[in-house]
Amino acid sequence: MLELFNYDFFRNALLAALLSSITCGIIGTYIVTRRIVFMSGGLTHTSFGGIGIGYFLGINPIWGAAVFAMISALGIEYFTKKAELRNDSVIAMFWAFGMATGIIFIYITPGYAPDLMSYLFGNILTVSARDILFMAVLAVIIILFFILFIKVIMFISFDEEFSLTKNIPGKLFNYLLIILVALTVVVNIKVVGIILVLSLLTIPQNIANTFTRNYTKIILISVVFGFIGIITGLFGAYYLDIPSGASIVFALVIMFVIAKILKRIK
Amino acid sequence: MKKLIEIKNTTAGYNSTVVLEDVDLLISDNDFIGIIGPNGGGKTTLLKVILGLIKPFKGEIEYHPVNAHKKPNIGYLPQQFYADKKFPISVDEVILSGLIRYEKFIIRYSKSDKEKVKEVLEQMGIPGLRRKAFSELSGGELQRVLLARAVISSPKLLLLDEPNTYVDQRFENELFNYLKKLNKNMAIVVVSHDAGIISSYVKTIACVNKKLHYHPSNEINNEILKAYNCPIDLITHGKVPHRVLKDHK
Repeated sequence: MLELFNYDFFRNALLAALLSSITCGIIGTYIVTRRIVFMSGGLTHTSFGGIGIGYFLGINPIWGAAVFAMISALGIEYFTKKAELRNDSVIAMFWAFGMATGIIFIYITPGYAPDLMSYLFGNILTVSARDILFMAVLAVIIILFFILFIKVIMFISFDEEFSLTKNIPGKLFNYLLIILVALTVVVNIKVVGIILVLSLLTIPQNIANTFTRNYTKIILISVVFGFIGIITGLFGAYYLDIPSGASIVFALVIMFVIAKILKRIK
Repeated sequence: MKKLIEIKNTTAGYNSTVVLEDVDLLISDNDFIGIIGPNGGGKTTLLKVILGLIKPFKGEIEYHPVNAHKKPNIGYLPQQFYADKKFPISVDEVILSGLIRYEKFIIRYSKSDKEKVKEVLEQMGIPGLRRKAFSELSGGELQRVLLARAVISSPKLLLLDEPNTYVDQRFENELFNYLKKLNKNMAIVVVSHDAGIISSYVKTIACVNKKLHYHPSNEINNEILKAYNCPIDLITHGKVPHRVLKDHK
């Protein structure tokens, strides 16, 4: 097993596991407690449009996804709050529109899209040094943002109307947070893929929530369980020769079930 | 008597529906105003206009002193708790959130803030709940915790939206006696569907049914309600005095 550590791709995978458990642990706690999991799922799939455009323009698809996801995040936030539209319908429209955009651009791009599958289902072993850098910068931004504003974030999530009566700039925070959600989703696409990224944003948090009702502890425990889940999945993928994205999700779900059983027994 | 908030000739509503029309209301520092009116008459909308949660279509809200520009500190108890009951937060954190102000939204709590939480919970008769998780509260406990959140910052004005919706009869009296005590230090505006119970505690009454009619006394009977075009049932608690009152415009 030790010989694995001699490979660059494996060391990158470990770093990616750490950074992704940090970004997803924090942002996941926000989206789970704020009950915007569906919105985040929509955002994830919408970003596929950016991947398609990235292929078409010949740039790194992740950059395309980042820009596309941020614009969609602002769009979803705007249309669900401002326009007289139903929240979930807006999300579904963005979701489908983004996927459709991606499909069209990939189709009209000459040649074959070689690593398309790794964007859809993830492959933590293909994470590059540049991806790691991107993830690390985002992790630092998220950590600082949450250290500074955790109480405000909590109070807005808990009772937005009340926080507005206290002159807190709730709208500004909503926009900033949804952008962080979009970026978190995008940098983690390489790890578990568009279709599975929601798992890292919800399963560790729900494991943590079975043991604590403290917001900060949910974040910390989620980071730890997220990391364990990704590492377990990574080794599972290696020894069982199965796709890593799916094996990470399996590891997380098994951990969730064990947590629930332990809670029952106690 | 010092002026706190003045609502002048204000029309407000949602999207394009007008809920309140040409409303005038002056709230001064030791007022205790009961707001009554039918469902959909605009009682909650009026509170949200005062809070600045809804921008009126027309008219202005003046905060005093006028040169302050900023809203005075207002405590608010919403009618129903629409937020997430399962949210991972403890009772003392919920109450502490009543102390946040925009000027210092990087929040650290001082020792005295935490002492205040203890104090308020004691006044509320629920000292044991401090460390409990918010999700474990019963309906009545939740109401008291939210009331504690509304009053902990010693606001200049306290707005209560149907505070008696889900408390039992016994606490209802306790609650209004508590409000009476608070009224020595802050103005209170309380919305209620039950004109009978509030009339014995409030000093003045405003009837809101799209228009607002201010009644500078707490005496209320069916004639007054009719005269004000205020179609609500007056639930009698004991004998409601039936006497002729001075004319109001």
